Amino acid sequence: MTRPPAITVDVSLRRGDFALEAAFAAGPGLTALFGRSGSGKTTLIDLIAGLATPDRGRIAVSGHVLVDRGAGIALPPHRRRVGVVFQDARLFPHLSVARNLAYGRVFARLPHDAAEFAAVTGMLGIAPLLARRPAGLSGGERQRVAIGRALLARPHLLLMDEPLAALDEARKAEILPYIERLRDEAGVPIVYVSHSVAEVARLAATIVVLDAGRVAATGPAEEILRRADLIPLHGEPGALLAMVVEGRDPRTGLTRLTGQAGTLLVPDLARPPGASVRVRIPARDVLVATAMPQGLSARNALPGRVAALAPAGTGVLVEIDCGGALLTARLTEAAVRDLGLVPGREVVAIIKSAAFDPAGFGTGRPTIAI
Amino acid sequence: MILGLGTEEWQAVRLSLLVAATATLASLPLGLGVAWLLARRRFPGRALLDGLVHLPLILPPVVTGYLLLLAFGRRGVLGAPLAEVGIVFAFRWTGAALACAVMGFPLMVRAMRLSFEAVDRRLEEAAGTLGAPPVLVFLTVTLPLSLPGCLAGAVLAFAKAMGEFGATITFVSNIPGQTQTLPSAIYTLTQVPGGEGAALRLTLVSVALSITALLVSEALAARAGRRLGAG
Repeated sequence: MTRPPAITVDVSLRRGDFALEAAFAAGPGLTALFGRSGSGKTTLIDLIAGLATPDRGRIAVSGHVLVDRGAGIALPPHRRRVGVVFQDARLFPHLSVARNLAYGRVFARLPHDAAEFAAVTGMLGIAPLLARRPAGLSGGERQRVAIGRALLARPHLLLMDEPLAALDEARKAEILPYIERLRDEAGVPIVYVSHSVAEVARLAATIVVLDAGRVAATGPAEEILRRADLIPLHGEPGALLAMVVEGRDPRTGLTRLTGQAGTLLVPDLARPPGASVRVRIPARDVLVATAMPQGLSARNALPGRVAALAPAGTGVLVEIDCGGALLTARLTEAAVRDLGLVPGREVVAIIKSAAFDPAGFGTGRPTIAI
Repeated sequence: MILGLGTEEWQAVRLSLLVAATATLASLPLGLGVAWLLARRRFPGRALLDGLVHLPLILPPVVTGYLLLLAFGRRGVLGAPLAEVGIVFAFRWTGAALACAVMGFPLMVRAMRLSFEAVDRRLEEAAGTLGAPPVLVFLTVTLPLSLPGCLAGAVLAFAKAMGEFGATITFVSNIPGQTQTLPSAIYTLTQVPGGEGAALRLTLVSVALSITALLVSEALAARAGRRLGAG
């Protein structure tokens, strides 16, 4: 593909003891800026939004240069067309929800468009809130209004700075599907800051891993989440599989998924047949057998072949190629030795159905090629 | 006549209201601008501006009045060129308004500045990312959110103008019908035999006007506060 990347960043900034030195490019869809607190994620967001200026470097969005210190360019925030959804929503307390939503349209010289308004409020489920004031909204509602407000200003890029961090688990689960719809339907590239592996696994096409102000790794989500060398940063590696709902197993009540790797039975997802889902399978939830076991309680046994072995802390991370999809299993060194696991060896990967958390299933495919 | 006020006394009341209203309204834009600069911008000379604004508060009013006379008198540095184009302050009610505006300015700026500083800057940032240029961020976010404090500042300046005496009498004297405001009139009446009755009546008027101004400002602030907090 020849079109320019949705966003290219190459900046450095020094503030006291903290130094940020980051370069990455990302395509359309959702790019996650992932890292621990203090790794420079929010600083990077501020630099892209124009709330801070880098000491050196260049930032471009869809071919428009926002910052180029070498050329003396640093657009102020209001001329960037970069929308921001802040962790703390930042709705205007003196305006109704409807007027909050419409706020950015005047400045972007956009006419009132009832259809667009209805589409956005419908997508985010905030149509019933229009007459209310921000003070009367729940945390989840506020965050959805903030997303709609940013979106209705028709940004060229949407930045989301830990939009779920201030919410409890129930509210997070309430909002995640809206963010998935935003990613799939709004057609705006999104840069999404998070320190949660679960969120990133569910949402991101591309992941940029930040560590102490530097880009530690960048690439497609399923590749980054599998890498053993990033364990200190993302905690637990795991496979990210693209699968399709085949149907509900009437006997067990489980949902049957198919994909490259084979068939998986997972707890009832309440999604229609044909729906595409992305499934994260942490390495610690995968067992390895050298033959198809008999009399086993686990529902999911996927035949495959050992692709690679990598040391991972106290154990070994085994990559298993199941029909082209890569699964990872975390085993002890002793287990690897006893089973005689070497690359090329035929094995069976076993996953308990109950290991899947229904709330952890994302929609859509993991990878959108850059 | 209500309260038994004489023509001259009524004149003083009317003139005071005119002078105070003019002083407040005319200094309002400048007050908002200076308060915003002091609250939101760091620039060279900021401390100097801050000091200059507060100067009338610490100088003896007579000194302020005399400085105004030097600057804006008919032969003053600014007064002479202004007189050429027909703007005269010396010994006119407009001069009284100028003196009151200068004396009330620190009070106005102080209240407005505090209320701007209380506005969450992160909301202003959010407005910027939504495309609002700085002036419109001020008009659509900062000003509405700090309205109660700004109103309080304006009312304070108005009340100060209603009571201003030293600078006014030094700058524009005490000419009945032209520059004799309420306080000057009360002062004059206390200096003549048999003026006590009229002085007392004007004092009551003065108290009533001040309390009314206070109540109005409270009501406006409460209304603005309700609009913000409403669910």
